[in-house]
Amino acid sequence: MSFAWAKPYEPKTELGRWIDDRLPLPRMVFNAVGGGYPVPRNLNYGWNFGVLSGIFLTIQIVTGIVLAMWYFASADGAFNSIEHIMRDVNAGWMMRYAHANGASFFFIVVYIHIFRGLFYGSYKAPREMVWMLGLVIYLLMMATAFMGYVLPWGQMSYWGAQVITGFFSAFPVVGEPIRVWLLGGYAPDQAALTRFFSLHYLLPFVIAGVVILHIWSLHIPGSSNPTGVEVKNEKDTLPFHPFYTAKDGWFAGAFLTLYAALVFFAPNALGHPDNYIPANPLATPAHIVPEWYFWPFYAILRAFTVDFILPAKLWGVLAMFASILLLFFLPWLDKSPVRSGSYRPMFRIFFWILVADVLLLGLCGMKPAEQPWVAISQLAAAYYFAHFLIILPLVSRYEKTLPLPNSISESVLHGEQKEAAPIGQTAPAN
Amino acid sequence: MGNLLAIPAVILGYIKRLGWVSSIAMLVGLGFVGVLTISLLVNLVGYFQAPPEATAEHEFHRHPKELALKTDGPFGKFDRQQLQRGFQVYKEVCAGCHSLNLVSFRDLHQLGYNEAEVKAIANQWAIEVPSVNPDTGEAATRKAIPSDKFPSPYANETAARAANNNALPPDLSLMAKARHDGPAYIYSLLTGYQAQPAKLLAEFPAAKTPASLHYNPYFANLNIAMPPPITADGQVTYADQTPATVDQMAKDVSAFLLWTAEPNLQSRHKSGLAVLAFLIIATILGYLSYRNIWAEAKRKVAPVGALDPENKAKRTRASKKAGIAG
Repeated sequence: MSFAWAKPYEPKTELGRWIDDRLPLPRMVFNAVGGGYPVPRNLNYGWNFGVLSGIFLTIQIVTGIVLAMWYFASADGAFNSIEHIMRDVNAGWMMRYAHANGASFFFIVVYIHIFRGLFYGSYKAPREMVWMLGLVIYLLMMATAFMGYVLPWGQMSYWGAQVITGFFSAFPVVGEPIRVWLLGGYAPDQAALTRFFSLHYLLPFVIAGVVILHIWSLHIPGSSNPTGVEVKNEKDTLPFHPFYTAKDGWFAGAFLTLYAALVFFAPNALGHPDNYIPANPLATPAHIVPEWYFWPFYAILRAFTVDFILPAKLWGVLAMFASILLLFFLPWLDKSPVRSGSYRPMFRIFFWILVADVLLLGLCGMKPAEQPWVAISQLAAAYYFAHFLIILPLVSRYEKTLPLPNSISESVLHGEQKEAAPIGQTAPAN
Repeated sequence: MGNLLAIPAVILGYIKRLGWVSSIAMLVGLGFVGVLTISLLVNLVGYFQAPPEATAEHEFHRHPKELALKTDGPFGKFDRQQLQRGFQVYKEVCAGCHSLNLVSFRDLHQLGYNEAEVKAIANQWAIEVPSVNPDTGEAATRKAIPSDKFPSPYANETAARAANNNALPPDLSLMAKARHDGPAYIYSLLTGYQAQPAKLLAEFPAAKTPASLHYNPYFANLNIAMPPPITADGQVTYADQTPATVDQMAKDVSAFLLWTAEPNLQSRHKSGLAVLAFLIIATILGYLSYRNIWAEAKRKVAPVGALDPENKAKRTRASKKAGIAG
């Protein structure tokens, strides 16, 4: 693929030619993230979060591999092995805090990445596959993060595992056997801890694999852009390197500065104190709360409080799964031919309501299940489903969109063509 | 009747106009919204028919008091004098019931004790550590050595509960991280013992503190099993002559427990400043090179007139035809 004007790869040295003839890996890299990948010239900073996600995946894999050298997946020893890492292993505290906060930052950048895609209609044809592979990555991330949180075997680890595997028991007949099968016992114990560790080590590499597919499918049509207008000619694009490597580079530095500030100066700000208490199957914590990145889904789960045809718990579990699975259908729910929210006055309003709604759901998920939070979570959850399943299909049908620019370069260059014309000449009108 | 028969046709018409995916999505959406609305209405009716009763915990639980320590902020460092005083409080007051099973005697080096002092502290520790009699193989105890952790006075959980009215004195190693507001919570708890307010008893007669427990508004359920550990000024005689008020002792032991929970705090702050300085400089350099690289692209305009490649090509062709070189 790629555009006709993409710069071809030309090895500069004898060795480069020799390698290129035998294993064209440098050629592949050049065409994927080098000078050979033309990118729309008008990308805003919303487009920096894909690369940032890759950076945080890498940080998680590197710090995780180092931690696994010291971590001991045993119900009796896991908690103390982590304290050993924190106290006695050289720079162990840094690796551990970098890993724990790295998970949070991975989710922060991925959430921004997803909402950027929602606003600019990045899920629309011809990029449906990019969107769906991204959702697969997100689901894998959730599984990985959940299992990673169980590994320290603190109180929240243990009771979180209890609650989350308990979702399965909401399904009639098959639910309880599935739960026992997943845990390898009736409650989380050694069998569960060992398999969670095994899968927690495996899944990041599966994520890395799906990331490759995600990027591959992205590079077939090329990156989208804030106008949502397709690239038409060379004037619309810039080569990825050096333009976007430079832009991604400095922005990654800025974001890593934030990350370092948290790792070194408030490493426990996003964690729960109860996880510094060793797991105790006999003492249930007062409030069991998942990590912040699961709060909106936790709020949806708990919003269903009435047995109506189905048990409330089953409604909650179905709704929670549905809240993510419905995103797979988004390309066919939002059929507006205009991609970018900038040219969709009605969609734009509902989009920002959705953002506020998800933040509100997150707040409800953090709070204990008491009024008024339960009532608020019910309203917010209702809006979440209404937004995607009812409002979007209708908006895309009835909305009057704004006129699109003729091309990316026209939207970027404004009147500069005229200004730049040599003295005594005016640009030809077109 | 005829009207009723027309309804399916009308619905089918809507489905056709919307498409199957959107129609099914709308049904699913209406289903979830409907069940949520029922849940909301049932909850609201229940709430107004029988509002939840206020609880003593809800009304009388207090947030921890402010506690300023030398470790606060990005430049925070441990105050070794204070940590030594805190250690003294732990040794003379807390260690009677609470272990520090993640902290070794040799870690006291970090508080400024030298090798001989650490050895002496371990050797003279009131509680011996579990061991095995080398002659008989029977369980025994021996004097602590620097590599031992601070031991619990109880042989096991059952013994600990038996000695404490069925309450278990928790290990204190991580206490400063295992509670919200860590050190401030410990400080508030230690200085928060008081008589149960008359107002509480008037409002919630059932919440009267049982005889075996102690009222403390900083404890989650207001009634804590631990008797007030620090009761009078001068309970500990500080080696550095600091007046040992109740407040001072509570502060010092809170600072000490922050150290046991996070012994690397100081090196974390130090390396954090270095990492931040590096990243900020790298980001500024990165930003400047970004501006430099994009300077041309941002100003790049479509070539027009004589500079348009199409016109250039025309000129070249014309020149060639006319036999003009260059």
